[in-house]
Amino acid sequence: MTTPISMSRKPAITIDDLSMQYGDATVLDSVSCDIPAGQWVSIVGPSGCGKSTLLRCVAGLTNPTTGMVQLGGEQPAFVFQDPTLLPWRSAADNIQLPLELEEQSTENRSDRILQVAKLVGLDATDINKYPRELSGGMRMRVSIARALVMKPNALLLDEPFAALDEILRQQLNQELLHIWQTQQMTVLFVTHNVTEAVYLSQRVLVLNANGTVGGDVAIDLPIDRVPAIRNTPPFLEKTAAVTRILQEGL
Amino acid sequence: MKTKPPISVVLYPILFLLLLLAVWQAADWIWKIPRILLPSPWEIITISIQRMDDLLSATLITAQAALAGFALALAIGTTFGLLFSVSKIARRGVYPYMIFLQTVPIVAIAPLIIIWFGGGMASIVVIVTVISLFPIVTNVTTGLRSVDTGLLDLMTLYRAAPHQVLFKVRLPQAIPYLVTGAKISSGLTIVGAVIGEYMAGHGIDEQGLGYYIFMSSQNFQTEVLFASIFLSSLLGVTMVTAVAVISRTLLARWTFQLEQ
Repeated sequence: MTTPISMSRKPAITIDDLSMQYGDATVLDSVSCDIPAGQWVSIVGPSGCGKSTLLRCVAGLTNPTTGMVQLGGEQPAFVFQDPTLLPWRSAADNIQLPLELEEQSTENRSDRILQVAKLVGLDATDINKYPRELSGGMRMRVSIARALVMKPNALLLDEPFAALDEILRQQLNQELLHIWQTQQMTVLFVTHNVTEAVYLSQRVLVLNANGTVGGDVAIDLPIDRVPAIRNTPPFLEKTAAVTRILQEGL
Repeated sequence: MKTKPPISVVLYPILFLLLLLAVWQAADWIWKIPRILLPSPWEIITISIQRMDDLLSATLITAQAALAGFALALAIGTTFGLLFSVSKIARRGVYPYMIFLQTVPIVAIAPLIIIWFGGGMASIVVIVTVISLFPIVTNVTTGLRSVDTGLLDLMTLYRAAPHQVLFKVRLPQAIPYLVTGAKISSGLTIVGAVIGEYMAGHGIDEQGLGYYIFMSSQNFQTEVLFASIFLSSLLGVTMVTAVAVISRTLLARWTFQLEQ
């Protein structure tokens, strides 16, 4: 039995009429969305519809042409599509990078690193290895551990499992769900995979090819997600609903 | 997985060298080639043994000059690379002159250096520095400027200060580039040291291989000339190999980045 998520209705992330243009090309067009604290929202859409751009705007890595993003809490943590690890640092040193940059006390640092490493399924031996010595899945775990080390209130994930095989992807989905449930974070998750989006989320935001919002589908499935749920009629209905909106927005 | 190089990689060049020496020696016996034109391998070996102390001492002096100039080139080159990576004005204003300096033959600049720094070790070291500086500047500048944008985004997310970006990302990421520059420069250092000693190595107590090359050519001691040339080449190979071995050890951590 997993811990129920405490959800405040106060938005953790507010995206207000956000548009983004690169030259003449409109990438995002008047996107608005409130994400309550503790909710997992996935963003799906065809390639080039601005999913990653939206996430970068939320993180403050890209300035929107118009509109704004309001964050209820501190700066959210970000997990990129690539693990973006510093190859000359061990996994442990990569995980502690945000603590170093914040110039936080070194006291209890190793405990914190071990704690987050354990949370993402890495042991003490793994974290002493260099990125080149780790598999793709392990590198991604290190990247997630680095994002979690600062105990963020919100986590932004930009297709973190896109390069992984299906079995590993499902395993990491399950682990990430567990982390979300135990850490009580707000999650904004970009993916191409509709099944993954429905399985992980409480809401799926569908972006059209022209950068507008095509739909906002509530996933009112039990909060304890187990792989078997993927074969149940309610799950398949939600997947079909999201797919339909995606096809209409092409 | 690393595969061991086949034995032919080492064996064939050695066999070829032995064949060449045999043909050379045989040609000397058959045609009695004057020593002043082309001494036989045996004569070169004999003179090398007779003057071993002098030649070894000269080799060490050349090596010292090369190492000192190389160290200076590394320090100055990295500093310029840093400057060019942070300042567009410096890069656009000074970099063209660096290229200009690189295109001028070192033998043309050497007399000027000797006028400014006097004959002797100081001028030789400066000549080595000038000849080996450019590859280091170019590579360090490229390394510092071609940082993975994902890593820069990461630093932006955590609101890293410019000095944190420099020391935690840019400089470590530039190390493979610095090593590449150092590898290219290491071979040039011996060229610079020999040219420096050839032109500025007179009238000092300790003479390097460049001086021996100069004096033996002036006195038609061709066998000493050959021995000096051989030792210069050996020194160059040693220098390049040493830098390659050090860089391989140093770059072990960077393998993932290089694979990417």
